[in-house]
Amino acid sequence: MKLVMAIIKPFKLDDVREALSEIGVQGVTVTEVKGFGRQKGHTELYRGAEYVVDFLPKVKVEAVVDDGLVDQAIEAVSKAANTGKIGDGKIFVLDVAQAVRIRTGESGSEAL
Amino acid sequence: MENNIFELQYAMDTFYFLVMGALVMWMAAGFAMLEAGLVRAKNTTEILTKNVVLFAIACTAYMVVGYDIMYGGGVLLAGIGLNGAENADAMVAAALASSQENGFGGDSVYAKASDFFFQVVFVATAMSIVSGAVAERMKLWAFLLFAVVMTAFIYPVEGGWTWGNGVAGSWGEYGVFGLFALGDPIEVAAVVDDAGNVIKEAYTIPGMGFSDFAGSGIVHMAGAAAALAGVILLGARKGKYSADGRVNAIPGANLPLATLGTFILWMGWFGFNGGSVLKLGDIANSTSVAMVFLNTNAAAAGGVIAALIVARLLFGKADLTMALNGALAGLVAITAGPDTPTALAATLIGAVGGVLVVFSIITLDKLKIDDPVGAISVHGVVGMWGLLAVPLTNDDATFGGQLIGLLTILVWVFVVSYVTWFVIKAIMGIRVSEEEEYEGVDLAECGMEAYPEFTGAKGSGI
Repeated sequence: MKLVMAIIKPFKLDDVREALSEIGVQGVTVTEVKGFGRQKGHTELYRGAEYVVDFLPKVKVEAVVDDGLVDQAIEAVSKAANTGKIGDGKIFVLDVAQAVRIRTGESGSEAL
Repeated sequence: MENNIFELQYAMDTFYFLVMGALVMWMAAGFAMLEAGLVRAKNTTEILTKNVVLFAIACTAYMVVGYDIMYGGGVLLAGIGLNGAENADAMVAAALASSQENGFGGDSVYAKASDFFFQVVFVATAMSIVSGAVAERMKLWAFLLFAVVMTAFIYPVEGGWTWGNGVAGSWGEYGVFGLFALGDPIEVAAVVDDAGNVIKEAYTIPGMGFSDFAGSGIVHMAGAAAALAGVILLGARKGKYSADGRVNAIPGANLPLATLGTFILWMGWFGFNGGSVLKLGDIANSTSVAMVFLNTNAAAAGGVIAALIVARLLFGKADLTMALNGALAGLVAITAGPDTPTALAATLIGAVGGVLVVFSIITLDKLKIDDPVGAISVHGVVGMWGLLAVPLTNDDATFGGQLIGLLTILVWVFVVSYVTWFVIKAIMGIRVSEEEEYEGVDLAECGMEAYPEFTGAKGSGI
């Protein structure tokens, strides 16, 4: 099992969710985060005083999938979240040691 | 028959004071919303508390002693229910006699309680100006203590010098400590003993002809002076000014509230200026009231447009908070003389206020005087402009007279406020600790968050 973690632009969340559904991913976790990569921040102005907003709002989408689904998941998220402009985000893939469904106690792939 | 008309006139003029007073009371909500919108989320509960409680303190302190100082209205408003008469019949008879004497078109005759009600809300307005300037780092109870002194003493004394000028029982009965009168000259009668011998000659206290219709100076500049004294002793918010001279932005948490507050203040100001005509019940006065409403509105509009344009030119963007301050600046600017200008003149007077306020806000930041809502600029700097603008459209006023009034009020309020703040600082301190300032005064002073479901400060994290 792998954890597919994608940092995306917030307005792309619906598209990414739908794309993951289409390839059979049944559960996702979404967090509101702040961050920057090479996009950096921008300058705002308040009553004559400039201030730099370094951290930009992003959304983190996490889904634990079977090893066989990882490549499809990466492709689905990439296509759905892509705008071609700087700041589109990144996808990371992590190993998952164990997964358990709390209601039934199923574990492993059956829990996904 | 004539008495019935006088009774109606009394009722109308009393009602007028009450409704205008209620409008000015509504300004307290305006201040609360404006300030809540311009401070950070972690300091919102505290500033709301300050606004609610200072209003209550103003009403109480002014009732106890302030009204007596300013107008000779009686400590604890003794006898106000019957206008000072023995019984209800005597009250009516006295009112009718007064109306006869004044004539239909003369000074208005009204219930004394309505006068108190109208005046007390002005006190609260003056005090409310201070709360914004000292926001986010002052101890709540130190502020409330100052509020007692300001509303019981500092404001009533200087208010009495103009509006209680020559009034029996007022601290302004003999002008400014007997030296000079801000308004009309005061004739002091000779002191004669029982035998008819003159012990002390009659004399006249010279009048300066100072004119401040609804209180650009008496209310607004005074509030700003008290605020400035406090801010100087308080210091700037941590992180506002960097060691390298940079001014750091500390954005407000809720601009919708700030905008709502501004509109509420704008509406309340119709009561503030309109009610200061002091009479509704005849053609001349009600026409004046209409003109005052018109000009008040026009000045606010002029202030918004001017401030927005200046902000756009200086910063390259349309700064909402400057536009809001511009509206208030326009309103403050016209407050000293809303009855005499033409509509265009009123708009321009407001516009000058709007221009001044933007530059003043920037300048105060350069001087490292931290004013989170721009109160000192809106009410102080523009309050002065408002006073000095009066002779432009009012032949009865002179620049000299306005300047003397301006300085008298400014010096009195600033000095006495400074001393008061100084004493409070020595007794209990006026600033919260650095840690309390960091975690927010809501938690430190009120133990209660304003937006508990949105914990986790977003934004600059200062």
